[in-house]
Amino acid sequence: MTGFDLITDHLPVLTVVIPLMAGFLTPMIGWIDRRLCWYWVMLTMFAVLLMTSSNLYTVITSGTIHYHLGGWTPPIGIEYVIDLLNGFVCLIIAFIGLMVGIYSIESIKKELPNKIIPFYSIFLLLITGLMGMTITGDIFNFYVFLEISSLTAYALIAMGDRGDGVVASFNYLIMGTVAASFILLGIGYLYAVTGSLNIADMQGLLPGIYDSRVVLAALAFFMVGFSIKVGLFPLHAWLPDAYTHAPSAASALIAGLMTKVGAYAMIRFMFSVFTPAFVIDITRMAEILTWAAALAIIVGSVLAIAQSDIKRMLAYSSISQIGYILLGVGLVNVIGMQGGLLHILNHSLMKCALFLVAGAIFYRTGIRNLHQFQGLGKKMPVTTTVFLIAGLSMIGVPGTVGFTSKWYLALGSIEAGQWIFVIVILISSLLNIVYFWRVFDNIWFGHPHEVEHIKRDEAPLSMLIPMVILALLCIFFGLFAYYPLHYVLEPLSNALLGIGVLP
Amino acid sequence: MSTIIEIISAEFNYWIYVTLMMIGFYAMIAKKNLVKKVIGANIFQTAIFLFYISLAEVEGGTAPILLHGHDGADVAHGAVNEVIYVNPLPHVLILTAIVVAVSTTAVALALIIKIYQEYGSLEEDVILAYRRQLQPEFSEHARQKQEEEQ
Repeated sequence: MTGFDLITDHLPVLTVVIPLMAGFLTPMIGWIDRRLCWYWVMLTMFAVLLMTSSNLYTVITSGTIHYHLGGWTPPIGIEYVIDLLNGFVCLIIAFIGLMVGIYSIESIKKELPNKIIPFYSIFLLLITGLMGMTITGDIFNFYVFLEISSLTAYALIAMGDRGDGVVASFNYLIMGTVAASFILLGIGYLYAVTGSLNIADMQGLLPGIYDSRVVLAALAFFMVGFSIKVGLFPLHAWLPDAYTHAPSAASALIAGLMTKVGAYAMIRFMFSVFTPAFVIDITRMAEILTWAAALAIIVGSVLAIAQSDIKRMLAYSSISQIGYILLGVGLVNVIGMQGGLLHILNHSLMKCALFLVAGAIFYRTGIRNLHQFQGLGKKMPVTTTVFLIAGLSMIGVPGTVGFTSKWYLALGSIEAGQWIFVIVILISSLLNIVYFWRVFDNIWFGHPHEVEHIKRDEAPLSMLIPMVILALLCIFFGLFAYYPLHYVLEPLSNALLGIGVLP
Repeated sequence: MSTIIEIISAEFNYWIYVTLMMIGFYAMIAKKNLVKKVIGANIFQTAIFLFYISLAEVEGGTAPILLHGHDGADVAHGAVNEVIYVNPLPHVLILTAIVVAVSTTAVALALIIKIYQEYGSLEEDVILAYRRQLQPEFSEHARQKQEEEQ
């Protein structure tokens, strides 16, 4: 028996435990030499990426993984369940975490020279929280991980711009506490009527009591709580400030992951804790969600046009992109669901790349106001090309990932007979062109007399590598969207909607 | 009138928790002072704890402790069924949630210290006014004012 055989059975729990332990060991590593922290984080993230890939591969080939913590059988013990949905989301978390990790070495050295050790420690704890949220099959355990990820996100944001970071973080903390408390209350209501905390167990117990007002109240609490967490339009107030004022690397990580995991949790609670029949027919929650999402798509895009700070513009565009994910989920047909789930992947790649570019530009020039971007196309050609690719992908140009998910969302809307959402998607794409074109225009078509004197001054290699990889993946998944769709998203959408079962 | 009182008194624990929760929620939204907001958050969370704890209550129940140890004669002969216990699970959950609430409060207070060092005030409107003055690019109001001055 080799060492690897010993741990293969425990891979589900190790994806959570390893970043947790590594996070607490980081201060000790940093005590020896603070430069070692980065290598330590790289090692951990690489191990986590390998483990999540292995988990997803196991799920695709041999079905859902059930892991009983401490050997206690559910519903009494805590269970970690990995199916296609959270295997897929975990892989995104690990990959984006690794990319931002590579990028952070130079960026943190410049922006937070005195906080390198705490940054990396909190970075790993945030990954722990997000991993735990996605992987767990127990809703109280879910709440604990939700709070771990929220608390670490508050700390990361507070490290940002002097004065603004703390205020943004405090606002997020107040909103986040309300959201988490609502979710805790919803969990309490469900526990009161079912006496169980296990998701699979609960799904079996709940259908008998769907007419109970307690269950309806629980659903309402969950939806409001998660809407705050994902920044769905009327409850988005914390999001722009938090994304704008966090350190560059933290912005990319939080923008790429936090809201996506929130969206995952919403899907999980709608379709795995409750059943599709409950959210579609009994409460019509799915229909309400589509309209809220459509509103978020339009309002987010319009507000993004009004911004002059690049990070704030990207934050508002995040609000509209979250709308796409929830629109696809709310349409509750297989094609729309695939579009929404694919957009979780796409938006992580694109938004992470865009925030990394914003950070790289800030690193070299100290500029965040997009009206001062003239001539950057000559000064930082690679960085701005990444911005172009990711921006085109956000607009939804064919050949990039953004196009595939928008295409599926439009098809899903047509299948649901809701032509209005096709129009919403089209209008939003036009608005996306408006606000991205302003940036493209400033970068490449600045005044020539200013541009002549500019010398090439590219961002360091450690920043370029993750950005270029993300941009290449934007194109790769745009051309070969077949792989995620065929192996993961199609069976997953069928299973979530109760049409087929997972392998 | 008497029916309303009956309804309230029959499940007074839930009424108390909802009232407390709304007081906390109101404080979080309406109070301008940041410390008062945190106090509001604490009341809000405590109300939820009370809800969980009252959920666990079983009439006439006693503490869920196994007497005489695991090998005790009482346990072996089924005497355990005659004792009514309160449900221990919500207590355990709330123990965890209390830890979470304490850490949230700690982070909030740490942020408040930083905010006070930066702005010299804990009143929300003072901080907002100061920020507008500092950074015209983030506030339309300040930008217009700056342009008028020029």
